[in-house]
Amino acid sequence: MPGETDVNVDIVVPNQTRYLGLIGNIAEQIARELVDYRGDRDTLGYHMNLVLTEAMVNAIEHATPGETGKTVRVWIHIEDEELCIRVYDQGQGFDLESVPMPDFDAPGEHGRGIFFIRALMDTVTYRRTENGNVLEMRKKLA
Amino acid sequence: MNLTTETVDGKTVLRLGEPRLDAHNSGELKDFMLRLLEGGGRHLIVDLSPVSFIDSSGLGALLSGQKNAALRSGAFMLAGLQPRVHAMFELTRLHRVFEIYSTVEEALRGE
Repeated sequence: MPGETDVNVDIVVPNQTRYLGLIGNIAEQIARELVDYRGDRDTLGYHMNLVLTEAMVNAIEHATPGETGKTVRVWIHIEDEELCIRVYDQGQGFDLESVPMPDFDAPGEHGRGIFFIRALMDTVTYRRTENGNVLEMRKKLA
Repeated sequence: MNLTTETVDGKTVLRLGEPRLDAHNSGELKDFMLRLLEGGGRHLIVDLSPVSFIDSSGLGALLSGQKNAALRSGAFMLAGLQPRVHAMFELTRLHRVFEIYSTVEEALRGE
């Protein structure tokens, strides 16, 4: 039996950047409804919006070039005061462990997406699935 | 993307009229700023006050604007950052890289 504040949202959108705002806004709305959360719900909402935006962009960028009609699946789950977000892509994938930290002394235009995700979430993993990959991001809310 | 410009005392104020600056519209902002600089603008103030959300692509576009202004010996300033947007500059240490002012008026005065 799900708890009163459990959240389970599953959305599939075309792998296009025009849907970033839609998914980000849904994440912010979910955060605002977390009445039991003792931290700042608006800040949590921004962070959820940001990690989802970065993960979706990552999924879109790593899609197989030239292939159209691909989708990105977003799964947001909150249970037992833990947030779990999964972003599924249908692309070639990448090596999460080889993504370097940004160079703070000589800042470049790119390379902050995974940094944001790592900074704002407790654990981040990326693994292959049957027909693509999944980036999983977890954070304790208590 | 909703972008408007105004010239004040020879300085170009570029106002972003949208709440999100992300991977969907940051390319447009980057191109627009480059055209302003190529068109002779040497002092650019970007008014971010309507922006309540910025991602890594948005930060990258602003870095591009700053780089292109520096290449032309121009000035590049940011103004009106909302607190949660400013927090992203701090997290990435970019608050040390940009010239940031509370308001456009302060940026115009250079205070």
